Amino acid sequence: MTERPTHAGPLRGNLPPLSLHVPEPRFRPGDIVDYSHLPIPAAGQQMRPDEGCAAADTHPLCNDLIRVLDADHRAVGPWDPRLDAETLRQMLRTMALTRAFDDRMYRGQRQGKTSFYMKCTGEEATSVGSAFALARDDMVFPSYRQQGILIARGYPLVDMINQIYSNRADRLKGRQLPIMYSARDFNFFTISGNLATQMPQAVGWAMASAIKGDSRIASGWIGEGSSAEGDFHAAMTFAAVYNAPVVLNVVNNQWAISSFSGFAGSERATFAARAVGHGIAGLRVDGNDVLAVYAAAQWAANRARANAGPTLIEHFTYRAEGHSTSDDPAAYRSAQEREEWPLGDPIMRLKRHLVALGEWSVEAHEAMDRELVDEVKAATKEAEKNGTLGHGLHHPFHTMFEDVFEELPWNLREQSEQAMRERRIKWPDWKE
Amino acid sequence: MTQEESPVSLHDAPSRRLNMIEAINDALTTMMARDPDVVIFGEDVGYFGGVFRATAGLQAKFGKHRVFDSPINECGIIGAAVGMAAYGLRPVPEIQFADYIYPGLDQLISEAARLRYRSAGEFTAPITVRSPFGGGIFGGQTHSQSPEALFTHVAGIKTVIPSTPHDAKGLLIAAIEDDDPVIFFEPKRIYNGPFNGYYDKPVEPWNRHPDSAVPEGYYSIPLGKARVVREGQALTVLAYGTMIHVAEAVCREKGVDADIIDLRTLVPLDIETVEKSVEKTGRCLIVHEATRTCGFGAELSALVQERCFYHLEAPIERVTGFDTPYPHSLEWAYFPGPVRIGEALDRLMKA
Repeated sequence: MTERPTHAGPLRGNLPPLSLHVPEPRFRPGDIVDYSHLPIPAAGQQMRPDEGCAAADTHPLCNDLIRVLDADHRAVGPWDPRLDAETLRQMLRTMALTRAFDDRMYRGQRQGKTSFYMKCTGEEATSVGSAFALARDDMVFPSYRQQGILIARGYPLVDMINQIYSNRADRLKGRQLPIMYSARDFNFFTISGNLATQMPQAVGWAMASAIKGDSRIASGWIGEGSSAEGDFHAAMTFAAVYNAPVVLNVVNNQWAISSFSGFAGSERATFAARAVGHGIAGLRVDGNDVLAVYAAAQWAANRARANAGPTLIEHFTYRAEGHSTSDDPAAYRSAQEREEWPLGDPIMRLKRHLVALGEWSVEAHEAMDRELVDEVKAATKEAEKNGTLGHGLHHPFHTMFEDVFEELPWNLREQSEQAMRERRIKWPDWKE
Repeated sequence: MTQEESPVSLHDAPSRRLNMIEAINDALTTMMARDPDVVIFGEDVGYFGGVFRATAGLQAKFGKHRVFDSPINECGIIGAAVGMAAYGLRPVPEIQFADYIYPGLDQLISEAARLRYRSAGEFTAPITVRSPFGGGIFGGQTHSQSPEALFTHVAGIKTVIPSTPHDAKGLLIAAIEDDDPVIFFEPKRIYNGPFNGYYDKPVEPWNRHPDSAVPEGYYSIPLGKARVVREGQALTVLAYGTMIHVAEAVCREKGVDADIIDLRTLVPLDIETVEKSVEKTGRCLIVHEATRTCGFGAELSALVQERCFYHLEAPIERVTGFDTPYPHSLEWAYFPGPVRIGEALDRLMKA
């Protein structure tokens, strides 16, 4: 090692030495969880500015929390979207289906049917509520936990499972990690395993729609943890500069694998407040209140479609399960957090609201849950006919070399032949 | 181990059986204790101890000011490391997967790699960027890449890849002590055992492998020194990381008397050991998992052709991953495994 200077700088009067701040979450494994420090305003108390308002008029909402469902399960206040009971039941069913699907796929991974899975338990309202508010032809640039949008748009469960199993019927030819869906026909952009890249892309799609005088808008999705990436800040800058017709969603589920939201800056400001410095509209919404999510998404979509500019929405929610099947949250956070989460469970809250309206019952809910379990089970059986990961029923070898370029160059043609030869050597009796 | 690379006493030093993760953790612990300027940070490395557990226990031992979590921002992680180095620290940032290093490339390529040159030595970047790389864990295209050639192409960065727990510790210590920026790629497929490419057979754990004996305390293995894994006469194998174990197993299975060279450091490259071996055997097989075109094998092949041409008795063979992204379900069809290596060995021996 070379000589290095000593690090003691000059003393400056009686100033204490500098000290580095490293954020620390309130609760670690075994801790008693008390969320009384979290300001949870009463439902219905938040003002709802006009959709075409000056961006600054929304900025008080960046430090508030838009809530519709109150403690008595009523929908209250100016953000109540006044949806009919049938739409509410559809939203409930979509959220419950998403959860049933997650449960089954998680078990499938544990049974060795695939390599990886990610649940969105507790966060279903963020994607399902938004999907109901967006138009079907609005383009979604998802992160990896928006399966609720795909399900809400009616993408076939069998196709999702084929992708998760990386089997012969996988539309993505077994190339992508499970849950990294792509569904162009459903206006759902191909999911990247790299974080935050989709945010500037969402803005670019929205800019293109504006360049072409279209009426469609884009919606981008990111977790609070990856909002630390430069891509997020690039997206905000471009959205602001070009007044792009885009809704940028930050799902603040409190945890990015083992890092709590403080490592993305939540100790200093809310994520919605990122809108303030950029001069764009910002909303902070109770992410476990599907009516509030719907109302915020609808507000932002209408604003974008009216050429009034982009909106940043922070969905304040909680990641009830691990980051993925490769994660064990018991190693870094208190198990009590999930039980104590002050915003409750999104499915239970909508269910109680519908029951309070006299439009639903405990029995109907139980029957629905049974139906959904059967629906997912049937889809799983159907998908398993096409194989599960590692059981031989994968896409043909030559497909590995397709789509690198539009046309197969000489080197890939040679390598494709090499792969076939290797297969014949290893499995002489193989038939494609 | 050859003699010139290690203190005479190292063989006799008390050692423990460690897997590669434990050896890396041991190296970090050793350097944290030795040098108060060493700091470690990255995504999930603090309280949790890293998604692969490489930094487990370090925060509890050395405190939050020396081992801490970072925002999910690789540009920030590497940029902050450059700034800390400018102050005089010796940062050891972790990038959780090599596949996620790209947002940090400007800070690495335009900054860390050139600080010494552009400031005529006023500022340096004694940074070691640790990052798991390589496939074989069903990680799909974003958890499997081998981007080493992107870094070996950059003037001013050293690239180190260990293949055993013993080497991982000694090389990581040398990398941390080095005054230039070092990319330290850890082959994640061999974190827990010396995977030999026969994926349908159970993997042996490290503790049955002689190179899992890791000396206690401080030792370093100089950067730029290759390791002769096995001496032989028939041909030379140039490889690094996971592929050392695959090449070794295939040569053993086929009874090929190979001279197997573990490069350990790609830049600076131990060209003497390479030349000596190829001059002896006259045949050369280069193996890496990364894509073929412009892979590090292309550089090795050019060097061997330029410097050993009159000793060559057969065309140089390159065995590599295919020029496609790493596929999920066809992972083992992609991986340069025993069949691909075996065919190349046959061609070399027949020529």
